[in-house]
Parts: sequence; structure tokens; C-alpha cells
Amino acid sequence: MPEAPVAEPQPLSASDHAAPGGGTAVAVRALRHTYGELSVIESLDLAAAPHEVVGIIGPSGCGKTTLLELIAGLQRATAGEIVVAGEHAPRSRLASCAYMPQRDLLLPWLPAIDNAALALRNRGRRRAAARRAAAPLFERFGLAGFELARPGELSGGMRQRVAFLRTLLAGKPVLLLDEPFGGLDAITRAEMQEWLAGALDAEPRTVVLVTHDVEEALYLCDRVAVLSARPARVVAELTSPDPRATPRTEAVTAAEFSARRERAMRALIEGMR
Amino acid sequence: MSKLAPLAIVVALLGAWELAARWDLIADALSIEPFLIPAPSDIATALWEDRELLADDAWVTLQEVVLGFGVAVIAGVLFAVPLHLSTALRQAFYPILVASQTIPIIVVAPILVVWFGFGIGPKLAIIALICFFPITVNTLDGLRSVEPDLVKMMRTLDASRWQLFRRVEAPTALPYFFSGAKIAVAVAVIGAVFGEWSGSDSGLGHLMLQASAQLLTARLFAAVVILSAFAIGLFWLLGALERRVAWWGPRGG
Repeated sequence: MPEAPVAEPQPLSASDHAAPGGGTAVAVRALRHTYGELSVIESLDLAAAPHEVVGIIGPSGCGKTTLLELIAGLQRATAGEIVVAGEHAPRSRLASCAYMPQRDLLLPWLPAIDNAALALRNRGRRRAAARRAAAPLFERFGLAGFELARPGELSGGMRQRVAFLRTLLAGKPVLLLDEPFGGLDAITRAEMQEWLAGALDAEPRTVVLVTHDVEEALYLCDRVAVLSARPARVVAELTSPDPRATPRTEAVTAAEFSARRERAMRALIEGMR
Repeated sequence: MSKLAPLAIVVALLGAWELAARWDLIADALSIEPFLIPAPSDIATALWEDRELLADDAWVTLQEVVLGFGVAVIAGVLFAVPLHLSTALRQAFYPILVASQTIPIIVVAPILVVWFGFGIGPKLAIIALICFFPITVNTLDGLRSVEPDLVKMMRTLDASRWQLFRRVEAPTALPYFFSGAKIAVAVAVIGAVFGEWSGSDSGLGHLMLQASAQLLTARLFAAVVILSAFAIGLFWLLGALERRVAWWGPRGG
């Protein structure tokens, strides 16, 4: 696996979004969702400022993925309000959100670069033009030379990078990442967390990151919401003063980090009761 | 070694058959005239000596098989795609498609001959009727096997319904289509023979009827050998095509 190069911040012409400032990119208010009799989400509130990275941790099966699908407008909430980039309607929210599922779901019949450029193709760009737009990202995010590789020829970490570039190239202001590194081994996962930190530094976006890895959430996110067991509500919120700034090993061994991790763990255990 | 195993089995069987026929073992056991049991060597001789006769009829049958299979492929895909895209159509037509397979072709074939004559028409209809079904069912299964997560992801990547079909569903279904097509091509040959038995003036099926009436059993078997060769050859061709154009499937290269 090649090293992820430290990326120079360079705006993406196709997706240069409003800089951080006033307003909220994502706002969830009094959200409730049920599947028939089963109550999955109960009075949940959550907000993300533009270019903020918000983490969501919670016990497995607590409705984290459902929450992302509700935000994206892929499902309709039973009750409550969701606003993404000022839009309320599910269809309009879908236009502002790019969703990255846990498994990379790369299309095996397309080379890596065409997988990454899928959104551009869907918007009517020709293949050559879509590839030209995607190629600089392969350079910058440690995938140079693998543009034409088939997904089956890539390692798990590299597949996940291609999947992230595909999400990035959708050019949406809000990225919804559903356990993006859940399927990777511990070492690759640590590498990918640093890689994502660098990528978000170069391409700032509003991110809602679902994970079950407390360390990953605290290292990558400006703010972490801890969810209770089903029906999910926010039981604690932790802010990290300056996440992603220091190398991961340094960051996660710092005393304040350990303190935050302990608070998060305690909140998780509280929320399970 | 694994490739030689089927060959070794065939050689052993042919050898046993040759000896059994030469020593009249089979004819004695069945209490029939020995000339009715041709040895493999007799069949090979018939293949060579009747080669011009066989070639003419084989050419007719091959055309029927290839054209009938082609009609089945087109019909199979034309059924599968709308049935996939519309739940209402699937609920309305899928049971009818299944019911169509319960119609005994042996009964239908003579009717088709009455309607369409002795030409190639009824043969194509019979082959297509037998062959479209595995193609439709497999292609439909393939189209429906796309993961829901992939569909959601494509929606957030701004894919239209057509783009979802073209970029995700159709390539996913392609290896399934080939599975169905390979089953279909193997039975297409049987369909052609059925069609010719129901009424024809040429083709290997017609030749078999005549050879049977004249007790030319070696020629009869020679026709069977050619029919098998067609089925095997077409099956192999489809497999080769599948490895080239649907290499991401289970049998991909």
C-alpha cells in the first residue's frame, strides 16, 4: 500500500463549496422514526455547521445507518424536521448529500477511475472528460498509477480510497460516511483515518461520520454525538478542540484524548441501559 | 489431468461398446438382429461415407438452431427487462411465462406445422418457445440481484433510472444472462429435432426419421453424434464469449 501523500490544499473546480461561516449545513430536529411497531429513533437532535465533521457513535443496531439514510432523503422520517443546505424536501436533500456505504461497492466491471467518476458520468459528462476531472484526485490522494486498475486488483484500503473519491467527486456539500473503514484491518484502518484527515484538510466538506470506533470518531471529528441504544437519541456530545491536526499515533496517546475517550465510553455504556 | 478425465471415460465407454457390439452381446441380450446394433466404428464409417448427405441436413438443422436461439435471446431479454422495470408487469406476466413452459411441445409442434407449413418457421417457433424461458428467468434474477445499498449509492450519485439500469443493473445481470443462454443453447438442438419430426423435408431430424424407417441404425447414430457436437460446440462458444464480455461473473477469466 503506497503512502498517502500530504495533499496540498487545492480547490476542486467541480465542487468548490461555500467556505465555513454562518448557518448550518445539516440540522436534525426532534427526529422520530419507526418501522411499524419498532421505534428506531426517538426525539433526536443533531446539527453540523458547514465544513464541520460530526461523528456519530452508538451501540450496533441503534439506527445509525437509518439516521444517515433519513438525512440523505433516501427514506422518509416518521416525524421531525431535517434540513440540509437549507432544503427540507427529501428529493432536494438527496441533491446535496453523497452517501458512502460501509462496503466500497465498487463496480467490478469499471476501472478505478471510472468508478470514482461515476457521478460525473451520471451528470452527462463523457468518459474522457470525467476521467480528466478525476485524474488529479488520484495523484493527490495516493492512487497515482492505479487509475486503470480493476477494483479486484486493489487492496482493501485502496478500494476504500476510490470509494471516498467517488463520494467526493459527486460534488455534494455534505458527505455521509457510514462506517467507511469498518471492513478494514486495524493497521489499514489507522492509515486510512490519517488519509481521510488529510483529504478533508485538502477538500473541506460537511461530514456526518457514522462509526462504532470511538477512537476513530474522536480523532477525525470536530464533534461526536453519542447515541443511546434503540430508540436512538443523543445522550452526550463531545467536542475535540483541534482534531486531525496531529499525526494519529500522537493524537490518540495524548492525555486529553484518553480523557475524552473515557467520557465517550461512559456515555455509550450509560446509553445502553 | 482433470481435462483428460472426461475424455478417458468416453474412450473407455466407446471401447466397451465396440467390443460388446462386435461380440453381439447387446443384440443377444435384446434378442434382436446384430446389424441393428452398430459399433462405434460402424458409426464412424457412416459419418464418413454419408458425409455429403449428413452435411446438407446438418446445415439445415444448424441454421434452425442458431436462428431459433437468436429469436429466443431477443425474446428472453425483451421479456426480462420490462418485467424487471415494472412490478405490475411482473405480477401480471410472470405466471403466464411459467405456464407457457407447461405446454407440452410435442403436442404444440404438429399444430405449428399445420399453421406455418414445412418451412423453417415452425422450427424457429418451437426452439424459441423452449429456449426463451431459461434466458428470461436468469436475466430477470440477475437484474433483481443488485444490492439495495448499491441502488441507494447510485441515487446519491445523481443516477437516473436509465443510468442505474445501464451502469449497474445490466452489467450485474450479464453473467446471469449467459447462464440462461448456455442452458438454452443445449436444449435448442433438441427443439430443432422435435420441430423436424413434426413435419419437414430436410434436416438431421428428418434424416433420423428416414434412417429409422430403413433400419440404418449407424446413420441414425451418426446424426446423433453431429447433433451432440452442435450442442457442445455452441455451448463452448457461448462460454468463450462469456469469459470475454462478462469476465466479472463467477466464470470470469
